[in-house]
Parts: sequence; structure tokens; C-alpha cells
Amino acid sequence: MVEHTTAATHAVVTLDVALPGIIWGWMITLNMWAKSIGTGAVLIGVYLLKKYGDRVESIKTLMPVVSFIFLNIFLLFTLLDLHQPLRMWHIFFYPHWTSAITVGAWLATIFTGIIFVMAAGRIMRKVSDEQYNKLMWAAFIFAIPVTLYTATIMGEASARELWQTPTELLQMALAAFIGGSATYLIFGIGDREIKRDLAIVLAVSAALSFIVYMGEYYFGAMKAEEVAATIAFVKEGGSYHTMFWVGQTLGYILPVVFVIFALRTQSNSLLALASVLALAGLWIAKHVWLVIPQLLNLS
Amino acid sequence: MKLGFLVDLALCMGCKGCEVSCKVENEVPLGMWRLRVKYVDVGTFPETKRTFTPLRCNHCENAPCERICPVSALHYLENGIVNVDKERCIGCAGCVMACPYGAIYIDPETNTADKCTYCAHRIAGGMMPACVVACPVEANIFGDLDDPTSNISRYIMEHQGNVKVRKPEKNTHPKHFYTSGGEVNLNPLASKREEGYNLFNNITHLKHVGGH
Repeated sequence: MVEHTTAATHAVVTLDVALPGIIWGWMITLNMWAKSIGTGAVLIGVYLLKKYGDRVESIKTLMPVVSFIFLNIFLLFTLLDLHQPLRMWHIFFYPHWTSAITVGAWLATIFTGIIFVMAAGRIMRKVSDEQYNKLMWAAFIFAIPVTLYTATIMGEASARELWQTPTELLQMALAAFIGGSATYLIFGIGDREIKRDLAIVLAVSAALSFIVYMGEYYFGAMKAEEVAATIAFVKEGGSYHTMFWVGQTLGYILPVVFVIFALRTQSNSLLALASVLALAGLWIAKHVWLVIPQLLNLS
Repeated sequence: MKLGFLVDLALCMGCKGCEVSCKVENEVPLGMWRLRVKYVDVGTFPETKRTFTPLRCNHCENAPCERICPVSALHYLENGIVNVDKERCIGCAGCVMACPYGAIYIDPETNTADKCTYCAHRIAGGMMPACVVACPVEANIFGDLDDPTSNISRYIMEHQGNVKVRKPEKNTHPKHFYTSGGEVNLNPLASKREEGYNLFNNITHLKHVGGH
């Protein structure tokens, strides 16, 4: 790899301009994190309603309300992150359909609209069970691309070699499963069997997510020098080394361990703790992965 | 018509005339650059050599910035230039994330994306880009790549085997070429950026200025 030749050439930049700072920062992290909960609540919620029916009747209201709150956090910070937020309407009046940002904005807007109707309908008791079911399936269908589209934005960000669409698609889906299952566990939804189901979803998703990160951590660098240079920021001595491992530990390792103990001891509080840690760790892990490619000098 | 640029790095002497003329012509704000000349020193004293590399937007034929822009603020002109419509831009910075050459910045005065446009306004008036005019050694060669008689086309033909683009593996098909350039010039990972080595600039990273 070319960076290994610098020892031989001893090539040193002696005059250049300052490098750009981090452009997509904590607001984008919050955007992804909140979206994971907003869509995950629907994906997991629909699964629970189909499997357990009346045993989880309470989530018929909780699901759209939680989803609506977190989707609005996601949309609010998407808007705030724009340098020209008052021009957001350009996306709807001058849409450029090759852009995943455009497609995502439209899908998220429609999805939020459906969720709003579901939440308002349930709270005001203006929606019948039949209507609710139709809206629920529409929400479920839209929740899938809304969960995944951020991965395609990252894929279109050609400058950031670390973000590969297939990997990010999987990470976005797993983040939604973590977000959804953790939310219902924190709310203490359902009986022991339902909690066991949610705990397994949480633990399996966290474990898979951790495996994918470790795959990138140890093997990503073997494919491309830009990935190697990026991963160096989270390796030992890198500026994000500690934060990366804090995210991995809180978000993935500890929740798996706590879920195993919780299922053995049937401890609901341990499940809630695992869920809180998973959500906190998810934010940190996402943030590190968002920021480190931006530290790399591109030219 | 497909406009392109070629820099003969064997001619460039790092005077930064192109850099200054670009800033003046396009009123580029303090701390921002549409075009910059990077110095890289190679070797160990006394066997050292200084290289100069002007870096600007590559006006790619398959431009990631154009593809990711949600509102077509980044768009192609008929002459192949990738232009920016500052009135259309919403400042999402998707283009900044997408450009593999780090050629796009968020203008802190307008809060919109900006970059080299090959001086599209001058070309529309039949003039050469400001950097071409300012170069004292004619290291910047600009013209129509579709015209085999243009200076740039002839230069490319004469220097076959010695013409390179930056990051060809990105599949962006840049229309900005270099002759006499090596990895040290064109690959940012081929040189170290060590604190304390900069001649004049103690600021290594810009703080992000903008809408948030």
C-alpha cells in the first residue's frame, strides 16, 4: 500500500491549506439514531401485533406515538443540520431522483404522515381496527426503505471508502431492530414470553452488529488503503480508539451479556438496563463510524 | 464540447499565482479554496526535491457530487462543466461527503456548497479561466477535449503514457489531467502531514462554520 512507501520516499507535506473539519457531526448521528428507534418501533411493533395479537394491545397506541416522536426528532435534526434549512422545500419542488437524500426525504415524509394518522386516530379514537390494520401494513412497508435509505446515502458518498452500502444496509436494519426491541423492553411491554422474544431480538441484533464492526475492524483494512487509513483512527493510538470501544462495549457486548443473565434470572430490570445501554452504545458506535472517514485527507 | 484541464507538473514552480487569481476572481472567502497548490517535499536532506501540485475540482464525467445532490444544485453545463447553483443549494453537504477529491466546501458567507467551476462565467464570455491567465509558465492547459486540434488534446497526445488523473479507481472519469505527476503528487496517502512542517500555516484543521 502506498502509505507504506512514505518511509522510503520520505514525502512530507510542507505547505498546504488547512483541512476541512467534521461536516457531518452529532446532528447526523442523532438523525440516524432517532430514525432507528422511529422505524424499529414499527418493524418490531408489527411483528409483536401479528404474533401476539391482543396480548400486546397497548402497543397499538404506543407504537405510532413512540415512532412519531422519534421520527420528528430525526426530521428536526435533519433540517437543523442543513446550512440553508429554509430551503428544505427545494427537495420537494426540485427533486433530483438519483440522490438517495431526495428519495429518503420523500419516503420519510410519507412514512411520518402515515404514523401521524395512526397515532392521532388511536388517541382520538377516530380509527377503526380495519383502518388501523391497513395503516399499520402501509407503515410497515414504508418503515423498511426509511430504515435502509441512509445506507444508500453513505454509499453515494464516494469519498468515504469505509461506508460500503451492503454493510451499512445490514447495520441500519440491525440498528432498527435494536432500537425497536430496546424501546419495548424499556416500556416493559408484554408478559415473560414476549419479553423473551424481544430480548432475543435485541441480543441477536447486537451480536450481529458487533460481528460486522469487528469484520470491518480487522479485515476492512486489507482491501483498500483508504479504509486502512480510516480504520487507523479507531485502532490503538487512534484518536477515536477509546470512543469506538466504549460504543462497542455499551452498545453490543454488555447488552448481549445482560440479556443472557436476564433470561436466566428472569430479571426485567436487567433487560431494561441492557436496553438503555444498547441505545446509548448505538449512538456512540454510529457517531464514531460517521466521523472517522471525515478525518481523512482527501487531496 | 467537453472542457478539460491539464496541469504539466514539470512546469509548475509553485508560485501560487493561480491560487491567488482564483480567490480574487471568484471572491473566495478567507480560509476557503477553490484551487490550491500543495507543496510536498520528497527525500532526505541533502537529497531532497520539492513538488508542487495545483488541486481543483476534476469536473468528473461521472460526478458523485452531481449524483448525490438532492436538488440538482450541482449540475452539468452543456460544455461538461460541473456547475453550482448557489440559489438552489440547501447546504446538506452531501456533495462534500461525495467528492473523492475534497474539492467542495461550504461557503461560510452564503452557507451553500461551492467549488471550482472552471470560471464558467468567464468561459461564457469567451475568456480563459483566471488561473490559466495568471500562470507565468503556462502549466495550466485548458480546452476542449472533444476537439483533437485543441491545445489540451494535442498535449495529451504528445504526452501519452505520462498523463494521469487522481484516484482513477473511483470511477469518476475526471476531466482534469496531470503530466509528470507521481503518487506523491496525486495520492494524498503517499505523503505525511506532520505538525510543525508547514511553512506558514499553523492552522491544521478548519472549524466548521455554517448553519449549525
